[in-house]
Amino acid sequence: MTDQNHHLDTLQDIKQIMERSSRFISLSGLSGIAAGSCALVGAWFANDRIMAYKLETGPNFHADRGEYIFKDNGNLLFNQLFLIAAITFFAAFFLAFTFTYLRSRKTNTPIWGTTARRLMINVIVPMVTGGIFLLALIKNGVYEFTAPGCLVFYGLAVLNASKYTFSETVYLSYSLLLLGIINLWFTEYSIYFWALGFGLFHIVYGTAMWWKHER
Amino acid sequence: MKNPIENLNKNFDSRVRLGLMSALMVNTEVSFNDLKELIQVTDGNLASHIKALEESGYIKVQKGFIGRKTNTTYSATGAGEKAFKTHLEALEEMIKSAK
Repeated sequence: MTDQNHHLDTLQDIKQIMERSSRFISLSGLSGIAAGSCALVGAWFANDRIMAYKLETGPNFHADRGEYIFKDNGNLLFNQLFLIAAITFFAAFFLAFTFTYLRSRKTNTPIWGTTARRLMINVIVPMVTGGIFLLALIKNGVYEFTAPGCLVFYGLAVLNASKYTFSETVYLSYSLLLLGIINLWFTEYSIYFWALGFGLFHIVYGTAMWWKHER
Repeated sequence: MKNPIENLNKNFDSRVRLGLMSALMVNTEVSFNDLKELIQVTDGNLASHIKALEESGYIKVQKGFIGRKTNTTYSATGAGEKAFKTHLEALEEMIKSAK
């Protein structure tokens, strides 16, 4: 009987080393919750600005066309939205990093190892590609695909990441991709799709991961 | 009845060696320092186990440089992967037959 337990332990050891050597497992569920909350706050501010602008411009407003950007003080709206987006991104990144850093301290794994590096590269490549692509669209006056584009490219980045961290991230990725694709046909509601994907999905995912691995 | 122990490989009869092989099964190559981190052993201990597995032809060594610092990485050979899989299957058999 003890012999059997010994072998079970051995198999557990093997499994654990295979996991730990190939995946970055310090990623904290709290990071997901924090990033999702930032996204919700950001989306609320952005929606507030868009609504205020809508009231000013009246019936000529076409949220889905992005025409407002060039009219009157539309440029101001664009700058405001851009600023909100930038602040949201950095706040989310900072908080996500902090929680993951704390977790890596707790589990005693180095934050910057081979697995972390691999994860970073695999997230950054699709993210930066998507970012440049969307900026080029915006520069050419195509605004309506910004939100679905964010969801789709970020979804692909997460899909890539799922091979190098907890495999459950793949569900987050599929949800984001599906949401992004649906969003392509309903661009007038982009801000809600964006808030749902970046806000709610992250919070749900983060909570589930925290529940499963860190509680 | 067949003796299940006959397939257990004596070469993998230590926590360090099991750890080494496990890490090398899922990664194409792993550096000495990463292995040390993963398995939590001393340099000397790790080196001696690596040497033993290398002599059995289960792992191979690549010596390289990052700048001027030496960077030695290890990977499993085909024979090593096969032997380790057989070993795992034997372990599985033992657990099953003990039930």
